[in-house]
Amino acid sequence: MDQLMHFLTHKFFVTGEPMIYGADVAIAVATIGILFVLTYFKKWKWLWREWLTTVDHKKIGIMYIIAAILMLFRGGIDGLLMRSQLSFPGLKLLDAQHYNEIFTTHGTIMILFMAMPFIIGMINVAMPLQIGARDVAFPYLNAISFWLFFWAAMLLNLSFVIGGSPDAGWTSYTPLAENGLDPGLGENFYLLSLQITGIGTLASGVNFAVTILKMRAPGMKLMHMPMFTWSTLITSVIIVFAFPVLTVALAMLTIDRIFGAHFFTSTAGGDPMMWANLFWVWGHPEVYIVILPAFGIFSEVMSTFSGKRLFGYSMMVWSMVLISALSFIVWVHHFFTMGAGPAVNSFFGVSTMLIAIPTGVKLFNWLFTLRHSKIRFTVAHMWALAFIPNFVIGGLTGVMLAVAPADYQYHNSYFLIAHFHYVLIAGTVFGMFAGLHYWWPKMFGHILDEKLGKIAFWLWMVGFNVCFFPMYFVGLQGMTRRMYTYPANAGWTSLNFIETIGAFLMGIGFIVMVWMIIYSARHGERDVTGDPWDGRTMEWMTSSPAPEYNFATLPDMSGIDRFWYMKQEKGAVEKWRKQKIEEIHMPDNSGRPFIMCVLFFIAGFGLCFEWIWLAIVGLAGILLFMVLRSLFDPDEGHHIPVDVIERTEREAGRL
Amino acid sequence: MEKNQTAHSNSHHGFPWSHVIGFILSLVLTVAALWIALSLNLSATSTMVLIIILAIFQVFVQLLMFMHLREQEGAFQITAISFGFFVAIAVVAGSIWIMEYGLY
Ligand code: HEM
Ligand SMILES: [Cu+2]
Repeated sequence: MDQLMHFLTHKFFVTGEPMIYGADVAIAVATIGILFVLTYFKKWKWLWREWLTTVDHKKIGIMYIIAAILMLFRGGIDGLLMRSQLSFPGLKLLDAQHYNEIFTTHGTIMILFMAMPFIIGMINVAMPLQIGARDVAFPYLNAISFWLFFWAAMLLNLSFVIGGSPDAGWTSYTPLAENGLDPGLGENFYLLSLQITGIGTLASGVNFAVTILKMRAPGMKLMHMPMFTWSTLITSVIIVFAFPVLTVALAMLTIDRIFGAHFFTSTAGGDPMMWANLFWVWGHPEVYIVILPAFGIFSEVMSTFSGKRLFGYSMMVWSMVLISALSFIVWVHHFFTMGAGPAVNSFFGVSTMLIAIPTGVKLFNWLFTLRHSKIRFTVAHMWALAFIPNFVIGGLTGVMLAVAPADYQYHNSYFLIAHFHYVLIAGTVFGMFAGLHYWWPKMFGHILDEKLGKIAFWLWMVGFNVCFFPMYFVGLQGMTRRMYTYPANAGWTSLNFIETIGAFLMGIGFIVMVWMIIYSARHGERDVTGDPWDGRTMEWMTSSPAPEYNFATLPDMSGIDRFWYMKQEKGAVEKWRKQKIEEIHMPDNSGRPFIMCVLFFIAGFGLCFEWIWLAIVGLAGILLFMVLRSLFDPDEGHHIPVDVIERTEREAGRL
Repeated sequence: MEKNQTAHSNSHHGFPWSHVIGFILSLVLTVAALWIALSLNLSATSTMVLIIILAIFQVFVQLLMFMHLREQEGAFQITAISFGFFVAIAVVAGSIWIMEYGLY
């Protein structure tokens, strides 16, 4: 009995901090609340039938986006806690250990559990519609990808109250992250949750690439595809080549930690630098995985709201192709100071700077798209326009960081923190917000309130710059990253205080956005046409929200922005709508992806605690599900009869 | 398969022999590499050479048995495989270059 208590209070549950107890209570209350609401309103069946078992790409996309927003909240709270701790010298809000845990969770969550699912959610919602597909190529696999991400996110979030948070940074460098210097369970949670979500991402990459290559509407050539679809294709290719490296690296470190190997321990013949090397072989392409889809969204939004065809379409495509190749030969710029010689550093410095060229080309293409156009200042477009100057600041300071000798000064300073937040927030986050406003009507059938959207926009814009711009200077003054406090006489106090104010402005902006979402669900303008922005690409041809089968009939989609030109041509849209409707074949829902990913969670949890028996139970279950799927699941799908399609279309006012 | 239909993930024709054989071959090649490294007391160089030879076989098994190399689909296939070679060479040669600290 005593032993059990000791295990529970010392190893299983995290104890000893008021914040942890607060979190325990919050988790318990939230869980009970959710269970109560679902039971009280008799929503269990609805939840299972409509969402947990769905294979519809639009619903999966929505679930990805909801989860990403929740993770943005969690990661944002971590950011605010760090900024609060640093607002004055010598504060005792967080101690050193807690600060380590928070910056690690913040970085990990933001990159892998916020940016990635947000992007994959956007792709799921929009890409199949943009190419006129009925679903992605492998809908069942798509559901598995989502639930892998979801349960991996649960695993990582759980570590805060059970087992302990990881604390070696989101880069998890060895030897720091090895058992010797970092016993405890936190790192295991990092390794297993990344492993599980990474498998899902890899599957998504394959899925999207096949969808785009094989399932485009009649007549749509590769060079006719919308730019967001292009960016998805390139991103998928990068995912397929980069993520296996992460899988292998994580597996090696897991074997080191749990099974006592020494891939990365120098005292036993391993090489700790190999971790940094492998991590960034994946990590650098990863930053293009999170930026290219945002570029795609900006292209769509800017050309729609300036009412013009995208300037330099093929240049945009080729610059992305070039970026995808270059992204694989620059990774050393993340460890210029680790002891490589001048030849290595020069090569990787120059290759890094080369990426600025195709990126600059894209920026000019966007500017030329806007030139001489009648710009509509919708919220979606404002996010896209704000991206340009802010991203340029991030990009230029990135080129500064690529100068290897100078990097000895900036390395691991707040200058770096400022740089990557300028590219990640102004690029990825602004991009996702633009996409959210742009495609919201397609997802939910109503428009997000423009006035509240603008208030949130300005709060973010001011807050973002107030928070991160001073970081460049405090970094040049010598403040390093990942420090939990600093002396009063360092001269960093006022800048740090200003940064914290900015962080809280962004927090308020986030709250306004949440309010905007709730408000718009009730009072937002309904989108009855399916084409609220006078769009150019195919997703605006169907009704909002799009029906299960996406399109009742498919027109010939040859040419760039075909829908736009159809609208100019008299009678073309009517002619397409009057095409003969035929029965449509769709895949069946399935509960197996969900259950299988719960088993992944169980196996991962077992490995975290080094309970091998539990891991084996989970893995055996996963294997069983795969065998069931290949032998006994014919998955014939179902047919939607013509009269049902006609009824649906009539109700949407389209027949 | 028709172009605009949901692709069937399991619309294979007949028993997937090539996958099964490829799977078994991969297992054999992997276990063989492990056995060479753990149980044969060869010099480091000869261990390396043998493992690399097995790895090259493994690549061919993957390409032929799983990656549909024999099915003609032209441009996509060639682009994808050349990109694969580019990434593999960049990563392997690059890592070796980088890890020789101080020499360059
Ligand atoms: C929303 C407002 C945000 C605030 C206030 C914020 C603030 C911070 C702070 C204070 C740090 C730690 C600096 C240090 O002491 O080393 C940090 C680190 C980091 N942030 Fe953010 N951040 C925000 C958003 C984001 C976003 C959107 C991303 C990515 C998409 C991101 C990615 C990271 C990463 C990767 C680290 C490094 C973690 C590490 O050192 O291991 N942050 N952030
Ligand atoms: Cu990089």
